[in-house]
Order: sequence, then structure tokens, then C-alpha cells
Amino acid sequence: MRDFIDSFIAAAPQLWDGTVVTIILSLGGAAVALVVATVLGLAANSRFIIVRTLVRIIVEFFRGTSLVVQMFFLFYVLPQMGVEWDSYTTGIVALGLNYGAYGSEVVRGSLNAVPKGQWETTTALSMSWPLKMRRVIWPQAWALMLPGFNNLLIMLIKGSALAGFILLQDLTFVTDQLRRTLDTFTAFGLGMVIYFLISLACSYTLRWMETRAQRRLGLKETKVARTDKALAGGGTV
Amino acid sequence: MSWDWEFAIQTVLPQLLEAFFKVTLVVTVVSSIGAAILGLIWAIGFRSLPYVPMKVLTWVLDFIRMTPLPVQLLFLYYTFSNLSPMQVGLIVFSIHYSTYMAESYRAGIESIPKGQWEGSTALSLPVTRTWRAVILPQALRATLPSLGNWAIAMFKDTPFLIFISVLEMVTVARNIGGTTFSYVEPFTIAGLIFLAASYPTAILMRRLEKRLAY
Repeated sequence: MRDFIDSFIAAAPQLWDGTVVTIILSLGGAAVALVVATVLGLAANSRFIIVRTLVRIIVEFFRGTSLVVQMFFLFYVLPQMGVEWDSYTTGIVALGLNYGAYGSEVVRGSLNAVPKGQWETTTALSMSWPLKMRRVIWPQAWALMLPGFNNLLIMLIKGSALAGFILLQDLTFVTDQLRRTLDTFTAFGLGMVIYFLISLACSYTLRWMETRAQRRLGLKETKVARTDKALAGGGTV
Repeated sequence: MSWDWEFAIQTVLPQLLEAFFKVTLVVTVVSSIGAAILGLIWAIGFRSLPYVPMKVLTWVLDFIRMTPLPVQLLFLYYTFSNLSPMQVGLIVFSIHYSTYMAESYRAGIESIPKGQWEGSTALSLPVTRTWRAVILPQALRATLPSLGNWAIAMFKDTPFLIFISVLEMVTVARNIGGTTFSYVEPFTIAGLIFLAASYPTAILMRRLEKRLAY
């Protein structure tokens, strides 16, 4: 037992470093993915058929060719073309493009799911495109997007496990190393639990954001409204 | 860097296609079937188990779903040293994707109106018969396209087998690149094979979804 605790304490800094690499990749990838998803998702509803076709091709390309292929392509082929990126950039861009393409479908679907009357009203009020997006359409679509983003974020975190192959010492890599000092079961148990906790934290954050987005739209009762109702004696609290 | 057609067609393509048919396709097909069967068992478990075991099952499945495939692959690979890497791959892919498919089944089963269950009770059908003859035939109809989409996702995840050195397509592509120092052709062709196989299947699933919708 003592040996175990000693080896665990010796392993802790390594595990921490690996966790940090995984988190950097995941958050960086998620940020790039969000931008890519928004741009492609908005462009997918463009008036111009050329833009729509182009977006379709880009999205199907990044969804259809595997993440692993894309990451290796960026890592091995780009340097031969004279583009030198460090491993972090390669990883973040690969994750961002791949999951951004998936995310763009979520964005497109959510925009289309905003009731037609809302779109028509913004036209009737002759709102400019940025104004209607910012004040009417996007806030409603955003609440619809978050569940989809939640799933994709978990997948992105899991996809970041590939980092070892582009020379980053992420959590998977460290776990595999620790197998030699700790035993297999402990090393992988620790690794998986850390992954699980990261995913769970992200998942809860996005669910919280979803509730907040819905409250802002008045879809879920706010705390104030509930208290008012309680004070008025209506409903059961 | 330049594209060499002769190298691409005569050296790279045959090797990648061999890996595709021998490993990638085998893993996808076998594990899809495995995952579909396991997923159904979990989904029926959600409905039939008492509260506590049901919660335990939910947590276990969440745990598997939220931890990366490579870690699971490596874990089983080192734990069961008597299994071949390919067998480990088949088992891990089946289990991992069964957790996703279970959710699809669950949604399909929940979409069955309550009256169907009540009707079965009223006719005093045994539980097994209720599932087999009433619930599942209706639920599977709604679930099938979703299962297909998970199979496509699994197909695109097969390169993760590189972690346990199974010679699937991308591993072979990387090895070709490593020995010849030209990475463009292997990775481009590997990507195109993925695209050529997954895009038509995805369209097929979309059609199926429309056709099977009530």
C-alpha cells in the first residue's frame, strides 16, 4: 500500500501535465470549432447557391474523411509543403476543423428550427441582418444548439487522445507511460477517471448554459418569477 | 513535394485497399453487429431493471461513453495479453459504440405510445412476447437509421486502432510514408477511401430515415 501511495505521488505531476495538455487541446479545439461551425452554419443558409454548394462540399469533406487522417495530413504533409506548425497548432486546427464541420450542421439545423414567424417578423420590422441575428434569431437558435454542442464537445475531448501521435504528451500518452511505474489497472483507471471528470465538467457547464439561454428566452421560469408566484400564493413551491 | 501518380496507383492504392478490406471493413461490420446487439440489451435493461441496478448501468455506460477509445483500447490490450490486437479492437469498438446505440434504442422505445404497453397487458401477453411482437418491431423502425449513423461514425474511428498497432488503413498509410518519405499520396488516398465509403452510406441513411418516418 505504501509503495502504491509513493508511486502515485511520484506519478501525480506527470498526470497533471498530461491533463493540462488535454485541456489546452480540447478548449482550443472547441474554440476553433465554434468559429468554424458558426461561419459554415450561417453560410449554409446563404441566398447564393454557389456559397451553399461550397459549404456543403467543405462540410462533407471534413465529416467524411476521418479525424485521424486529417490530423496526420496536417502533421506530415504540411511541412513538406513548407508550412511549419507546432504540435499544439496542428492538433487544435485538426480538432477544430473536424468538429467544426459537425457543429455547422447543428448550427444550420438550429437556425432552421427557429419558428418561421420569427424570421418573417424581423423582415416586417425591416431589421438589418446583423440586428435580427443578434437580437432575435441567434438567441433562440443558441438555446437549441447547446445540446448538440454538448455531444460534440465530449467527442472532441475524446478525439484529443490522438495527440500522442503528433508528439504531444497528453493524458493518454502519460497514462500509457505510467503503466510501467504503476500497474496497468491503476494507471488506466486514473487516466479514465480524469477523462470522465473533464467530460462531466464540460457537460454540466454546457447544460447550465442551456438552462441560462432558455431562461433568457423566458422558456424556463427564472428564480424571481418563481418567488413572485410563491408570494402571490399561486402554485406549489 | 509533388504528386506521383505511379506511386499512388501502383504502390499505395493496393496496400491501402488490402488493409481496408482486411481490417477496417471487418472491424466496422463485426463491431457494428456486436454494438447493435449489446446496445439493445442495455436499452431493454434500462426498462426492465429495478432502480438501483438501472442507475448503476447508466453510470457505467456514461463512463464508457465519456472516456476515449484509445485509452480503452490500450487498457484491454495490456490487461488481456492473450487476446490478439484485432480481437481487442473488435471488443472495444463493440462495447464503446453499444453505449451510443443504447441511447438510440432508448429513444426509439420511448417513442412507442403508452397504449401499446397497456394493450399488451390487457391481452395478458408475456413480457418476452410484448417486447418481441409489439414493442421492438415498432421501435426498431425508428432506430435503424440512427444505428446506421453510429456505424458510420465507428467506421471513421477505426484508425484509432493505430494505438494497439493493428495494421488498418491509416497505420499502413503512415508506414508507407515512413519508408518512402512521401506522405501526400498515402494520406490523401486514405482520406478519399474513407470519403468514398462513408458519404454514400450517409446519404443512404438519410433516405432510409425519410422512408421509415411515419
